[in-house]
Amino acid sequence: MPRVLLIEDDPAVREGVELGLRRRGHDVRSAATGEAGLEALSEFRPDLLLLDLMLPGMNGVQVCRRVRENSQLPIIMLTARGDDFDMIVGLEAGADDYIVKPARPEVLEARIRAVLRRIEPTDTERPATRVHGDLTIDRAALTVTKAGRRLALAPSELKLLLHLSAAPEQVFSRQQLLEHVWEHSYHADARLVDACVRRLRNKIEDDSGTPRYVQTLRGFGYRFGPL
Amino acid sequence: MSPAPTAGVPAPDGGSPVHDGAEHPEGGGGRRDPGGRRRARWSWAFGLRTRLTLAFLLVAAVSAGTTAALTYREARSALLQTAQDTAVSSFRDEVRQTGFPMPLQAEGIEGVLRDIARKGRPHPWVAFAEYGSIRASSGTSPVSGVITPQLRRAARANPHGSFQRVVKDGVPYLTIAMPTVFPTGPEGVLPTGLVLYAVMRMTDEQINVEALLTAARDGALPGLVVALLPGLLAARSVLRPVRELRRAARSMGSGRLDTRIQVRGGDELADLARTFNESAEQLEHSVRELRQAEARARRFASDVSHELRTPLAGMLAVTEVLDEDAGRLDPDTARAVRLISSETGKLAGLVEDLMEISRFDARAAELNTDELDAAEAVRKTLENRHWTDGRVRTELPEGIRVRLDPRRFDVVVANLVGNALRHGGTPVTVRLRRGTGSDGVPLLVTEVADNGPGIRPEALPHIFDRFYKADAARTRSEGSGLGLAITLENVRLHRGTVRAGNRPEGGAVFTVEIPLHTEGDGR
Repeated sequence: MPRVLLIEDDPAVREGVELGLRRRGHDVRSAATGEAGLEALSEFRPDLLLLDLMLPGMNGVQVCRRVRENSQLPIIMLTARGDDFDMIVGLEAGADDYIVKPARPEVLEARIRAVLRRIEPTDTERPATRVHGDLTIDRAALTVTKAGRRLALAPSELKLLLHLSAAPEQVFSRQQLLEHVWEHSYHADARLVDACVRRLRNKIEDDSGTPRYVQTLRGFGYRFGPL
Repeated sequence: MSPAPTAGVPAPDGGSPVHDGAEHPEGGGGRRDPGGRRRARWSWAFGLRTRLTLAFLLVAAVSAGTTAALTYREARSALLQTAQDTAVSSFRDEVRQTGFPMPLQAEGIEGVLRDIARKGRPHPWVAFAEYGSIRASSGTSPVSGVITPQLRRAARANPHGSFQRVVKDGVPYLTIAMPTVFPTGPEGVLPTGLVLYAVMRMTDEQINVEALLTAARDGALPGLVVALLPGLLAARSVLRPVRELRRAARSMGSGRLDTRIQVRGGDELADLARTFNESAEQLEHSVRELRQAEARARRFASDVSHELRTPLAGMLAVTEVLDEDAGRLDPDTARAVRLISSETGKLAGLVEDLMEISRFDARAAELNTDELDAAEAVRKTLENRHWTDGRVRTELPEGIRVRLDPRRFDVVVANLVGNALRHGGTPVTVRLRRGTGSDGVPLLVTEVADNGPGIRPEALPHIFDRFYKADAARTRSEGSGLGLAITLENVRLHRGTVRAGNRPEGGAVFTVEIPLHTEGDGR
């Protein structure tokens, strides 16, 4: 069962979420501050980080950036609807997904599963490695190299790239990507997609201002290529 | 215009001038009446400027006319009086100085009369004598056609002489009657029966009087023209503050409550401006207080829902634990635990709706638009809510591309369909079509109709109010009571409209109209 590290300052929420997730079989460790959470990270070695954005001292966005400096650990932000600015900043900082509080345990569970699922290997029938220009995508090893250099992609970035490149030149609407990559509802916030595309472009494109690999079709969505 | 008495002699009654209609020099006074009433009626149709100027002119005309008339009358009477007095006294002297042998013989009398006629002052006169049947004159005709019977009667009654002004064929005459008398004592006299008349043309006086009239008129008319200028100036000085007041009132009406008028001087209009300013200040103050109170109330609602959210997050996370374990508890505890669990879920929904509403109130609600297929969006909404079991019918034409906020559109459709399922009768129909707004803007029209009893007419105006219960008997519905209010706000955010009504064939229908392109093209 997945090991989840929860960083949440409010004791009631911390205890409630811990209780709910543990009941569903998760191995949960919790921390009340960002600093304590970062410390627990190396020792607990979680599969996923559940991170409240509003923390005393070091805030959630800062924790997120610190984690992303040397780790592609899946990160889900806990946010409140309406705190849009925090959500966008958190996504830019490298979070893979977000959950709006208050949330039922089944919602937490579904989101955690979705985030973790994307790094499981997909079907093995197709040739595992494909080359697109400078990019080499290995679907079995789940690695992406650009001109021989391995790229550190966060889980959501990797899953998005795998999804788009599986059908080159096919246009995916942002709603479709929300449903298939993030397993959100059709009507969820498409800025999640936009933020992830921006991060992905920063890593794979030569010039993220004029993207080659992940291209925008105004009014329709995104597609991979044509190169 | 009573004739002045001759020196030392009481004025004779018969000496009153005879007016025969030809002498009406005071023409000015007669103009006032016919014009006045009509102007009063017209004044309602004219503007303030016209009325003020007309009033000014009227006053000027009346005063100029009155002044001219009085001046004319005084001057005229002085002029005529002098001529009359001179003529009457000199004629009396001539008659007294002339000895008439009595009884009078017809022969030789004409010479005497011609002698008298030569001495006429201030103008030559024609002298006539009447004695018994004898008629003689200094002129060609022995009898004058100008002397009236009244004068003859007056001459007989008054031994000191009488006069009368007569106008004949447009020529003014002064006629004087002077009876000759015998002195019978120191005071007493006796008429001899001989009466002498003098007829004098007053043409020169007439010319002078006409000149006076012309002068009065020529003075009054330029006066009126000159009066127009101060009239216009006065109207302007009144109208400028009135104009400013109107502009300020309009500005206040359009919501600029800090509008003030510059107060000039200390007249009534300045008082009015000051009163306006004071009222505006009070109004601004009251409105500011109201707005502050409203903002406080909104902030309070927002704060309350924020504060509720954190404990709810903890409670909601453990509802599943409660539900699972309830089966193992004794029945009462199990019921209590399940109640807490289900109510926690509703409370979470209510708080979420409250926060949503308070974001609209604080104008913090953002529109995150995306272009999508309208039919697909509606289908997904129904799928996500599991409303796919035949309770909801759809008429969703393909290919309507629309730019809107997907999450908010989902809320709108879900709230309307959920509302129809709860309060209306199945099947609920969701219909999409294109429409055109009154300004030609292409619209996406979404209709949600049910087969229930419809909405009572008195409830229709309030159906989008917060926490409004269309059915008073239903104290608490499954929804938060904010669903339709949130729907309205979401539609408004898209610059659209939503209205509720009843279909002629029964059941309620909600119609949402949203511009196909809420925001510019793509991003």
